[in-house]
Amino acid sequence: MGKLDGKTAIVTGASRGIGRAIALQIASEGANVVVNFSGSEQKASEVVKEIQNLGSQAIAVQANISDNNSVQELMNATMEQFGAIDILVNNAGITRDNLLMRMKEDEWDDVINTNLKGVFLCTKAVTRQMMKQRAGRIINISSIVGVMGNAGQANYVAAKAGVIGLTKTTARELASRNILVNAIAPGFITTEMTDTLPEDVKSSMLNQIPLAKLGNPEDVAKAVVFLASDDASYMTGQTLHIDGGMYM
Amino acid sequence: MATVLERVTKVVVDRLGVDESEVKVEASFREDLGADSLDVVELVMELEDEFDMEISDEDAEKIATVGDAISYIETKVS
Repeated sequence: MGKLDGKTAIVTGASRGIGRAIALQIASEGANVVVNFSGSEQKASEVVKEIQNLGSQAIAVQANISDNNSVQELMNATMEQFGAIDILVNNAGITRDNLLMRMKEDEWDDVINTNLKGVFLCTKAVTRQMMKQRAGRIINISSIVGVMGNAGQANYVAAKAGVIGLTKTTARELASRNILVNAIAPGFITTEMTDTLPEDVKSSMLNQIPLAKLGNPEDVAKAVVFLASDDASYMTGQTLHIDGGMYM
Repeated sequence: MATVLERVTKVVVDRLGVDESEVKVEASFREDLGADSLDVVELVMELEDEFDMEISDEDAEKIATVGDAISYIETKVS
């Protein structure tokens, strides 16, 4: 018996990193998973295979979440395969770091389009089905930097802070239809992205974290399972900080 | 085959939980039938399903009364 038996979930950006861990974790709780990816088809199909080995169903669907037609195709593929959308995890994100004074307009636009507009488009697209079902969970992956700010990431921070505002508004608009919307703000999590950081950067990061270690993708994934499950049926519009106490 | 009026009336009664006698052509969804803005969005969605058609956001914004819905649907399906 899993916490998400028989549910259908879409996880955007699920071929790698935190998204991959989320897809696997919710599948291990019994959910069918739509593994959305943008470029890494091979990695997405590996995630699908792993999910099938866990005994759940999964499909990989390529979609550019900053493009509305592409998002509609993602929804259509989900409905065709599973006939419902119970959970949306808006996880897909990119970075184009630069100092504000050096940041190009396209670096700004790319990050806002994927990390913020993409959340809007996917949310809008699932809402129709969730309203009909009179039930749904939307979980937006924000970031600690969306709350604290971070030098060199004006675009990313603006998008992640925007996601928190979007979460609260969506939560208010859809509460009467039993669609619950929450955000998660991960701190420093071990992924391919953090693996490449130099040792001195890592140790200065650890000094800011009360628990004095990086988080694992699974730490975030387990919070997603909680927010998607019946255990979280009386919370909406919240942001859970999974960051070892770095922000409090 | 039920008329457009009958089919629209049924959708409105089911969605808004109002009595059939209240669903008059001149009735405004928001002012007379107690719908909030989200109810109207939902109503339009159900009309799309009922009549197997797509109603653009621009057109949907103009549908305020039962009569608006009926005449819009009649121009599109005929």
